[in-house]
Amino acid sequence: MPISPPFRTRRVLPGFPLAMGVTLAYLGLIVLLPLLALVLKSLDIGWDQFVNIITSPRTLSAFRVTFLCALGATLFNAVYGLGLAWVLARYDFPGKRILDALVDVPFALPTAVAGLALATLFAKNGWFGAPLAELGITVIFTPIGITVAMAFTTLPFVVRQVQPVLEDISPDVEEAAFTLGAPDSRIFRSVIFPAIFPALLAGCSLAFSRALGEFGAIIFIAGNRPNYSEIAALLTFIRLEEYDYASAAAIATLLLVCALTLLMLTNLLQAWHLRYVGRAD
Amino acid sequence: MDFKRIKPYRTPAIHRVGDRPATRALLIGGVLLTTFFVLIAPLSVIFIEAFSAGMAVYAQNLKDGATQHALWLTVLTAIVVVPINIAFGIAAAWAVTKFNFRGKNLLITLIEIPFSVSPIIAGVALLFVYGAQGLFGPALDAADVKIMFALPAIFLASLFVTAPFVARELIPLMQVQGSDDEEAALSLGASGFRMFISVTLPNVKWALVYGAILCNARVMGEFGAVSVVSGNIRGVTNTLPLHIELLYHDYNAVGAFAAATLLASLAVVTIIVRAVVERFDEGRAEVKKRMRPGGH
Repeated sequence: MPISPPFRTRRVLPGFPLAMGVTLAYLGLIVLLPLLALVLKSLDIGWDQFVNIITSPRTLSAFRVTFLCALGATLFNAVYGLGLAWVLARYDFPGKRILDALVDVPFALPTAVAGLALATLFAKNGWFGAPLAELGITVIFTPIGITVAMAFTTLPFVVRQVQPVLEDISPDVEEAAFTLGAPDSRIFRSVIFPAIFPALLAGCSLAFSRALGEFGAIIFIAGNRPNYSEIAALLTFIRLEEYDYASAAAIATLLLVCALTLLMLTNLLQAWHLRYVGRAD
Repeated sequence: MDFKRIKPYRTPAIHRVGDRPATRALLIGGVLLTTFFVLIAPLSVIFIEAFSAGMAVYAQNLKDGATQHALWLTVLTAIVVVPINIAFGIAAAWAVTKFNFRGKNLLITLIEIPFSVSPIIAGVALLFVYGAQGLFGPALDAADVKIMFALPAIFLASLFVTAPFVARELIPLMQVQGSDDEEAALSLGASGFRMFISVTLPNVKWALVYGAILCNARVMGEFGAVSVVSGNIRGVTNTLPLHIELLYHDYNAVGAFAAATLLASLAVVTIIVRAVVERFDEGRAEVKKRMRPGGH
């Protein structure tokens, strides 16, 4: 990093007012104004009714399904994502570049297309649905289907957080541990895992947050039965279609609070994780 | 300036965890097998189903009037939204990376908000600004301006969900590059505009292209936010992702898959561009090296 000379106090480059103006205008009008309107609307409802709405059995059930499925999807991605990151960071094999590119498919593929594809795969007569049915497992129109859709759309987060950290681990520390007599499992537990743990947590937190808000992919596969396979985002949508704006505002605000809390948590985790990497240099 | 590192001499048999052939084969095999089920199968099923009734039916499905209209609406939305997003991304990156001001971290967090907020929230929130029962609803109604359940709402929802796309590609790169090039141009007598066109833009062109392509993919594929605000009016405010859902619920699965191939191809192109940019763009490699861990 070049150190800027101490005598430079004036802004040298032009365009600050214009750039800042455009930035604040866009953020204010496009992002903050709507979110503010949403919060105002739910303040309008009054505390008692707000509590009534979010503690109604159907809302509670929707949030429970959403959280549990998001948790399941995040756990799957923690394991599979770690495996993918490990394989991409540490091994060379034919097709590695293609595998690396494939990891981004869930981000690039529109959620509606992903939902359509997953619903078809897991349908009663689908490629996966038919063999699973023989085993007595039904994925489509159940919470398992929701978990599958969430796991698909949030797949890249853990990989992309963990992969660069794994690539950065110096062979010397592993070698040192080895010469001291540690077996591989011990080296992984005591040397490698602590280094990637913050990145893994940050990836999980991003994936969980995204899973909570996922909509497009889920509605194709979930069946959307109230109190069984109905997610919070869909319930918001249904309340809107019923012109029940108070309920829609309350549920959306609760989802917003969850998302912002997770955003803060992720930022803290990333700061921790950057410190860790900084210390390793 | 970094000093060029000289690789130290290493004994060839350095020990690394997981390098035993059995472990290696097990991990690579397990990951590839899972990837086949989790990523390759969903991508393939789209194309296989779309062509399952033959090429002629596929072409006919794409020629369908409602599908054509949905495609046009999706392209139009991208034409409107992507340039605005590029302008915002450049402005935000310029303000954040070239100047110091109080609240900079807060500003960066605000730019990132649309990433963590559900698209459904974006749609509902817009409704409470421009809808009949929203903040500006009565005023808009009186002025006979229609925003909700019309094109402007689709544009606004797309602008919301894609807000960070260009900015987050530019910010780390411009942070690494610093302002020395721009200051040199100014000291040689270039105007601010000239400096921007001849120095800044060429420096960030790959990141800009990449950000714009990601933004485009998201705009064309956005479902949740648009489905709340568009009103889903067939042949009027139905974008391609909404049209796919409509066809699917009409039990026209082959038609839905035919429309889906357009968006899936866009996704494949986006990923290929990403791979190419990663490989050839030195700026991106530099960012990756210095800003680890990057990612999403």
